[in-house]
Order: sequence, then C-alpha cells, then structure tokens
Amino acid sequence: MAKSYRELREIIDKKDRGLREKVMSLEEAVGMIKDGDHVAAGGCHYSKTPMATVWEMIRQKKKALIYSRSITSTEGDLLLVAGVTKHVVTSWFSPGVTWGVSRVMRHYMQEGLAVFEEWSHMSLGLRYRAGAMGIPFMPTRDMLGSDLFPRVTIKEMDCPYTGDKLALVPALNPDVAILHTQRCDPYGNVQNDGLPFMDQDIALAANKVIITTERIISNDQVRRAPDRTDIPFFCVDAVVEVPYGCLPHECYGEYEPDFHHMDHYVKIMMGKGPDGVKEYLDQYVYGPATWNDYLQMLGFKHILQATVNGKGVYND
Amino acid sequence: MERGFTMTKTAYNTAELVTVMSARALEDGKLVFGGAGMPLISCILAQKTHAPKLTILFEGGVIGPHIEPGRLPPSTNEQRCARKANMLLSITDVLLLQQRGYVDYGFLGGAQIDQYGNLNSSFIGDPDNPKVRLPGTGGANPIASLASKILVAMHHERKRFVEKVDFITAPGYLQGGDTREKAGLTEGGVYQVITHLGIFGFDKITRRMRLQALHPGASVEDVKERTGFEMLIPDQLSCTDPPTEEELRILRELDPEQRYTSPKE
Repeated sequence: MAKSYRELREIIDKKDRGLREKVMSLEEAVGMIKDGDHVAAGGCHYSKTPMATVWEMIRQKKKALIYSRSITSTEGDLLLVAGVTKHVVTSWFSPGVTWGVSRVMRHYMQEGLAVFEEWSHMSLGLRYRAGAMGIPFMPTRDMLGSDLFPRVTIKEMDCPYTGDKLALVPALNPDVAILHTQRCDPYGNVQNDGLPFMDQDIALAANKVIITTERIISNDQVRRAPDRTDIPFFCVDAVVEVPYGCLPHECYGEYEPDFHHMDHYVKIMMGKGPDGVKEYLDQYVYGPATWNDYLQMLGFKHILQATVNGKGVYND
Repeated sequence: MERGFTMTKTAYNTAELVTVMSARALEDGKLVFGGAGMPLISCILAQKTHAPKLTILFEGGVIGPHIEPGRLPPSTNEQRCARKANMLLSITDVLLLQQRGYVDYGFLGGAQIDQYGNLNSSFIGDPDNPKVRLPGTGGANPIASLASKILVAMHHERKRFVEKVDFITAPGYLQGGDTREKAGLTEGGVYQVITHLGIFGFDKITRRMRLQALHPGASVEDVKERTGFEMLIPDQLSCTDPPTEEELRILRELDPEQRYTSPKE
C-alpha cells in the first residue's frame, strides 16, 4: 500500500538529518530492512548491483519483500529461490542477452509462484522520479496502447492544457533503497563514477537508504569536489565499505563482471533450474563466513582479470 | 546457408544479411537507439560505411560511444557501452530524449511481430497462464512509442510472423488504421521490418505490413510460406543489392567470434 504524502513527510521529518557518521557492518545495515518492505536496488542489469547487500538479505532470511529494479539480472533469481521475494517490479528480467532467458524466472512466473510486475524501463524510472519529487504521479507518453498498460496500476488522462492523451504512472517511494557506489564519506555523501542509472532518484524517493561502497573516503575529499556528489548525506542511513561489493556483476571503472563466474552460475541455473540455484545458495551465500570469504571462492585470478578489464574503461 | 546467397564472392549467412541490410537503413547525421547484439553491430557498421555522423544512444544512459571491435557489450547497460562516449546520463533521462523528439531511429526485435508491426517480448501463450514468460519490455516499449522511426530486425519465421501477437509489449500500429494515434501515440511508428528474406513497410491507410523489396535469392513464395498472416504484395517489386565485400569484412572485424551474427539456420 502506497504511503500518503503526510506519512512520507513524517518519515523524513523523524529522520536524524544531522551531519553524522553512519558507518556500520553489512549485518547491521541489512538489519534495517524489515520483512514486507519494498526494497529498490540501484544499478541496472549486471552493473552496480548492490550484490553484497542482496547476499546479506538472503543470509538474514528476509521475507515477503517487494523487490524493484530497472532491469533485474541473476540477483533476482537468487532472491526468488531463497524465498526473500515473491514480487519483482522491473522492466526486464534475465541474466543478459547472451545467457538466454532465466529458467528460474520462467519457473516462478509460469507456475504462478511469484509476480513479475512489468513496467516499461522509462515508466519505472519516472515512478522513482515522481517519488523523488514528492508528487503522486508523472505523466508520460509511453505505455499507451500496449498490453503492459492494463496489467499494472496506471491511469490515463487528457492533458488539461493541450488535450493530449497521457499515461499517469504512480510515484514509487521504496521503504529501502540499496545502492552501491565507488566512493562515499562516513556521512553518506555518495560520489558515483560512470553510468548514473536511476540511483539518485531511487535514493531521494526512498524512506531509508543503505549505501555499500568500494571505498570510504574522507569528508574533506568530498568537499574538494562537491560537484561530484550525487546523493546528499541526509538521505543516507547506512554506509558500509564492501570492496568488490557487486561481484560477479560489475562496478564502473573498478571491475567488469567476473564473466567466468557468470558463465558458471548460468550453467547451473539453466541446467538444473531452481534446484541448481538452491545448491548455489548453499555454496556461495550460506556457506562462506564473510563477504571476503565469498570473494575468495570466486578466485584471485578471475577477480584480477575483471579488475584489469574494469580499469580499461579509462584507456584510450 | 540458403540458396542464392552467393552473389558476392564471399558467402554470408542469414544473420549477417539482416545486419548489413539494417545498417543500410540508417541515415547519416541521425540519432539511433542501439540495442545489444545485432542492432548495435548494424549501427557501428553504418558508422564505418555510409554514416560516420550517426550517433548511437544506449538505454543504459550513453550518448555517442565508440565501441571496440571484438569487445561488444552483451548488454546496453554496462561499462563497455560507455567507452569514449560524449555523455553519460541516467536511464530515465536518456529514454526521455525520445519523448522530446531527439531520437530518429529505434532498433527493435522480439519473439513475435504481427501484421500491424506490434512486437511481443513478454509472453508466449495466454498472458494469465503463459507457456513461456519472456524477459519483458526493457526499453522496447518507450522506444516503440516515442522514437521517430522504428526499425525491426528479425529472422523470418512463420512462428514469429503471426496474425496477432499474444501480447503487445511494444506498440506498432496496434489494430491498424488510426488506432495508434487514437491511443495517444501521435508520433513514430514502425518504419521498416528487415528480415533475411526482404524489407517490409506498412500501408499508409490500413497500416498492414507490405513487402517492399526482396533480398537476392529470396522469392515472394518464400515470404508467403514464412508469414502467418496475409502479407500485402505490391505489383512492382525491387531487389536489394547483396552485402559487399567491404561490409562483410567490417562486420566480421566487429564480431569475430560470431557471438551475435551466427547463422540462424
């Protein structure tokens, strides 16, 4: 149930918005997510996925979450099979074009075990933006006439000024935003490199924001380049330093996907479906004691290759 | 390899043929939304032949990148797409450029297309009880709704060219006639459908799909046999020129392992 404007304002009003340190452990940060919350993830597809946070959500056995993301990749499979969510709000759901259509997604959706609420990529972005702007809906000229339209909550109107027919997509204010970045200070000033995706709108729309970051930098460093700050500290509730926090997905300028592990995962997932992913979860999510132990399992050689490729974005 | 595809010295496969023909449809100096895989290769091929001032946009939030041969991005939302770009911006904002009217071409495919150019990438069968749940729209819906001209590149198969799509993910001319305009989609529409048999347009009044030109070696019978609806066939038919040596050379440099241009049959 969407919250009223008054409720949304009250949540912000009660938030401690002082310039204060919010550095904590991954366990503590994910502990802020409640069963039943709407959790929106930043990044897109296999880029800037807050994978460490997703990983910890599964380990903490979160239940009945609504999960939204612009495009959902392998992390969506993991959340479905782990029973964390039965409701995914997204525009596209599969590992990636070259890996085929997710067998897990197909199983859950075709058997009616979960809901795939399909929005156009632009309309989903406009829903977060409306949420970020504090307005209840956004007019758009897409989704009209298609069969996507009647399957989701959406209304049409004739523009009161021009008479143009418009679709009105409702604001989305997630309970929690989970985002990964390259740099963030202890207060939560986030500085992203590369593709911005929908992260800024999601952060401003959400009631709580959890940031994982490749590195925690000083506030002085932020102030030397304030034009590079994308998310202001007062939006943010938790800052967690998690190097390689997107693997096996990528983080712009830091590392490309670990294609070796992606191929390995997809082979298991496409070969054995949900049963294969259960085994994968036992091995890679429930098995390791810490995120660094999980990285150890991916292997130094492959992480190094992903890093070399990732830094190559700056080469001429 | 289908019969007749040997008029150029170098033999080529069906996917390479579609890629080359799609590249030729892109005019110089325009803006195109490039999807991952084959559409992207067509865009780069156009840049390297007749359209050096063609600007590629990616859904992931990229304007005007330079993609390296052999390192094609498997998604339009990742860092390889951003290489040497002019600008990186949010997904919402890059898609909104189309609503403002800046984007000339959208490049789409799909599991099914119907006689009015509607595309389905969501469900096979009854959407409430689907035989197959497909990955979904991504940017296809806004691109089909808002780009000035939609190009559709597909392999020509009867199961893909259907009377009525199971689900309209990306709107073509909806139910034909003026139904697209009446739904509020006043701009754009499907401009060309490019398959391994030929190039197809749409009747201006009924908005039904119509054969425009055949590729070398393909016949009207091939088209009819592989189309699940009544294709309009004009009296006068032109024939496309086969891919040149130069086009095939560049194409194979871009996709040396044929990850995206392997033969479809």
